[in-house]
Amino acid sequence: MDFDFQNIVTISVYGSAIALILIGIYAVLIKKHLIKIVIGMSLVDAGLHLLFVAIGYINNGTAPIFSPGYEDAATNMVDPVPQALVLTAIVIGFAVTAVALSLVIRLYKHHGTVRIDEIKSLKW
Amino acid sequence: MIYVYTGAIVLLAMLLVYVALYAIRQKDLLYAVIATGVVSLILSIVFLMLQAPDVALTEAAIGIALTTIAFVITIRNTARYENDNAQSGFNNKKE
Amino acid sequence: MKKFFVIALLAILGFYLTIAFLQIPFGQNRLGQPQDEATVGAYYLNNTKEKSAVSNVVTAIVVNYRGFDTLGEVTVLFLASTGLASILYRRKEEEVERINKPSSSLLQTGSKFLFPLVVLLGIYVFIHGHLTPGGGFQGGAIIATGFLLMLIAYQKYHVSHSMLTWVESLAGVLFVSIGLWGLITGGTFLENSYFPKGVLNSLISGGAIPIIYIAVGFKVAAELTGVLDILLNTKEEKSVPSNQNEK
Repeated sequence: MDFDFQNIVTISVYGSAIALILIGIYAVLIKKHLIKIVIGMSLVDAGLHLLFVAIGYINNGTAPIFSPGYEDAATNMVDPVPQALVLTAIVIGFAVTAVALSLVIRLYKHHGTVRIDEIKSLKW
Repeated sequence: MIYVYTGAIVLLAMLLVYVALYAIRQKDLLYAVIATGVVSLILSIVFLMLQAPDVALTEAAIGIALTTIAFVITIRNTARYENDNAQSGFNNKKE
Repeated sequence: MKKFFVIALLAILGFYLTIAFLQIPFGQNRLGQPQDEATVGAYYLNNTKEKSAVSNVVTAIVVNYRGFDTLGEVTVLFLASTGLASILYRRKEEEVERINKPSSSLLQTGSKFLFPLVVLLGIYVFIHGHLTPGGGFQGGAIIATGFLLMLIAYQKYHVSHSMLTWVESLAGVLFVSIGLWGLITGGTFLENSYFPKGVLNSLISGGAIPIIYIAVGFKVAAELTGVLDILLNTKEEKSVPSNQNEK
């Protein structure tokens, strides 16, 4: 009984993370609009973050915080290392998105379009 | 309890994929950007359920507010509709 | 044709990703018992309480065990804001009104009311970063959101860039000097064990960790506010040559 629930949760979490990554890569490869490409990049980011956190999860675990009164709960905590890595990655992801969007604005000012198939001259 | 937990996880995962597909397929970029913010919102709830409150707080602060605002500012500075510029490309061919 | 090719590629990629990740069973304990210290995570869980007296283990990892990584990260943020400023540069005479229409009085009053509360929440989040979920990055992002409210609501509102630069530089200098102090006293950069540690789960505890996280909070707040200010102040340019037919 418990095993079935486990399978369902496994498939839904990993499946949604992998689906987010695939949707993001699809947008990056297929879409012609630059903002759509940046949206795809941020979706890949989101999927990777979910994948990282899901790898660190432990069934019936608690958050890695020693709350008052529960100072000896270390045997039951989820893995804190992926959480710390994802914390870093989210902030860096915002920096990457902001720089990409500023490049989009700059390209629009120079070429008057944000579709990559219409930007013919590659001169800046 | 495990019924509620499993049901919530499955629902949130399905919603995540649906909203991401909506963000990719939508032609109105403003809607697409808001959908990207909704992806971040659902993701932060999932992080909370996976016992990662730090990550959930970061995703809520940065993914929902700041990234969405950066996209919206970019859309204000460029074009709102995805096929809007196809017409200008048509004009270029005529010239 | 290209679409078909890409979908086939993605199907293959998704298949192999699924195969690979089904090998990692979800929710199983891969840490081992923390007492064994078989993995890095188990070591952190077992030692954070005694060695740094911080109740939030993620904070201890971000600020102390991987503090050098965090220093690199705030540097990346700084570089991103600098890069944004140089990409979206404009001359002085190109200064334009940021928002054409004045915003409604409801929005103005609301943001004026909310701004101190949002900043207070951000400061709370990064001061309590070692006790509760949250910390410098989250608090800094929340403070940047407060400044964003003011920037949207008021046309004339300008964040002083010299103030941002000063806050950012001082916070960075504080971070690096605490790290160097650890290098002098303890022998490694950001060594925390020579700072006085308080009682676990009290506000003043954890040695240098809360100070570093407060510095990170100010630095991140200044950088993100700078990024938003630059993005909002870009000249709105709708009348570019090849896009005559506007809707």
